Amino acid sequence: MKGDTAERVKTVAEINEKIREGNVCVVTAEEMKKIVEELGAEKAAEEVDVVTTGTFGAMCSTGVFLNFGHSDPPIRMQKVWLNDVEAYTGIAAVDAYLGATQQSEKSQEYGGAHVIQELVRGEEVELRAVSRGTDCYPEKEVRTVITLEDLNFAEMVNPRNAYQRYNAATNSSSRVLRTYMGTLLPNFGNVSFAGCGEISPLINDPDFRTIGVGTRIFLCGAKGFVVGHGTQHCPGYATLMVKGPLKEMKPEFMRAAYMPGYGVTMFVGIGVPIPVLDVEMARALAVRDEDIKTKIIDFGIQRRDRPVIREVTYAELKSGKVEINGEEVRVSPLSSVYLARRVMEELREMILRGDFLLTEPVERLKEGEPMKPLRVATKLVKSVMNKAVTVSPETDVRTAARLMIEKGLNHLPVVDGEGRLVGIITSWDIAKAVASGKTGRVGEIMTRKVITTHPNEAVEVAARKMESYDISALPVVDGSGKVLGIVTSEDLSKLLVR
Amino acid sequence: MLFRLKFDSKAVKKPVISMVTLKTSALVNIIRAEVGPRRGELIVEVDDEVADKVENAFRELGVEVCRLEKKVERSEECVHCGACVSICPVEAIVVEEDGRIEFLDKCVLCGNCVNVCPVRALSLPV
Ligand code: SF4
Ligand code: SF4
Repeated sequence: MKGDTAERVKTVAEINEKIREGNVCVVTAEEMKKIVEELGAEKAAEEVDVVTTGTFGAMCSTGVFLNFGHSDPPIRMQKVWLNDVEAYTGIAAVDAYLGATQQSEKSQEYGGAHVIQELVRGEEVELRAVSRGTDCYPEKEVRTVITLEDLNFAEMVNPRNAYQRYNAATNSSSRVLRTYMGTLLPNFGNVSFAGCGEISPLINDPDFRTIGVGTRIFLCGAKGFVVGHGTQHCPGYATLMVKGPLKEMKPEFMRAAYMPGYGVTMFVGIGVPIPVLDVEMARALAVRDEDIKTKIIDFGIQRRDRPVIREVTYAELKSGKVEINGEEVRVSPLSSVYLARRVMEELREMILRGDFLLTEPVERLKEGEPMKPLRVATKLVKSVMNKAVTVSPETDVRTAARLMIEKGLNHLPVVDGEGRLVGIITSWDIAKAVASGKTGRVGEIMTRKVITTHPNEAVEVAARKMESYDISALPVVDGSGKVLGIVTSEDLSKLLVR
Repeated sequence: MLFRLKFDSKAVKKPVISMVTLKTSALVNIIRAEVGPRRGELIVEVDDEVADKVENAFRELGVEVCRLEKKVERSEECVHCGACVSICPVEAIVVEEDGRIEFLDKCVLCGNCVNVCPVRALSLPV
């Protein structure tokens, strides 16, 4: 391992001794970068004992384990709702796990995150539980109001937080997309990115020398711990599983959120103190936004493997504008650097007060492996498309009408001399044309802006396109716009209904 | 200067914007329009120097005029995430040096940001 050979300047135990004595030197990640730049890594490693790193972003993989205590007569809670948000109860009788993204049964803009926030804010929450009743737990239904105080146990346990870095998002399609990356405007109208870049915890300890199993951290204002690496922990995109006591959390370091059109999520504030053990660590802590690369991904393509539009650094993203295809595109962050700074400051204060001691990891985090996809049999458009009967813009409307009737078709793609799509006509277009006495050429009545699909698109995606544009067929085209076939909503509904 | 114009069934039939433009020779920029058969509401922008003149001209035509000196309103819930920044058509939302998200006076009250804020911190002034 890198660093193990480098000369140790100090140990975690020595740093904790300094914290107890009140003469520890703690700086934030941003200050550390300047110090290394000005004094060099050697001097910085000697002077600085702890660097506080932080992040404050929407982290869907968040939730709380709750223990409600036993009622009299007791109940084995088989289903539990808190303010109409269902919690998972496939565990012991009065235990439940409430996930942040779980939606309320009454409103899609309210969910687990809001319940967690209300508990931390000291507000009352309605608890409802049902059971089929057993000999040892006879009660069948409980309805009451609880506060955080009333709970025996409330621990936030988040399976995946604090991404080292995250892909940025844009949208090549012609529709507004409402995603977990915020609202993406059509035709590369904007870019959004998550993560705090150079101040994020895991980017400052890329070899996981000090952040590991058991590392004490700042979690939403409370002292929490790293449980281990998080789910989807892979090289360059490391994540953490963390936990911390809900009763000690502060409302200002968390926030329930609703990504418009997508769903509920939770902003979580996490701070990690990194001990500056040696020169190597000081160097790693000097990492700058300019050095941190990520990718801009096209959400306009609704597949798992969305195309990469370009590589980009966090410095470019934070500048507010990036270039895509020669044009300047405006950028929205989604993580709050402002509140991440508050996290780093608060953690620094806790350490300076002697209120927060550092830990050595019990075990180091794994390197992480590339993500394995979930294999589901995807049906592609090419397996369901039919041969298209096409016409040219010069075709007589009557001829087109006759074709439709003979072949029992409702859509005719209109192509140029090379077979490339230039429009589409439907039986409805023809009916309209006839009704208004316009019976000239197809080119005069066709729709020119055609929504299309391609042979390798998943049928679900094609179906969603038809649904969102309220149309009933999509010409299938290749890269050059040549018509290869057509899929209709009937073709798809046969498949999807089964 | 932004005005909110409200008009009733009588005024709604008249081409009020053109009439005011002709009368005052001031440019009236329409920011938002909701015009129904019986009532209409417009948000328009005019140069500050001609604001009084334009306001009077609208009033004479029976239009209710309300000056919008304010910009979009933001509550304490804002977490300065910046999701709203790239949505604003007039670049009125900016990231400050300290990471705070600020709203500049050039906000034209289009309401776009209101709908993208994940913590519902934004609203249009009434
Ligand atoms: S989107 Fe909402 S929370 Fe985020 S910066 Fe804008 S106003 Fe604040
Ligand atoms: S209301 Fe419109 S103009 Fe004003 S800040 Fe929001 S997006 Fe910009």
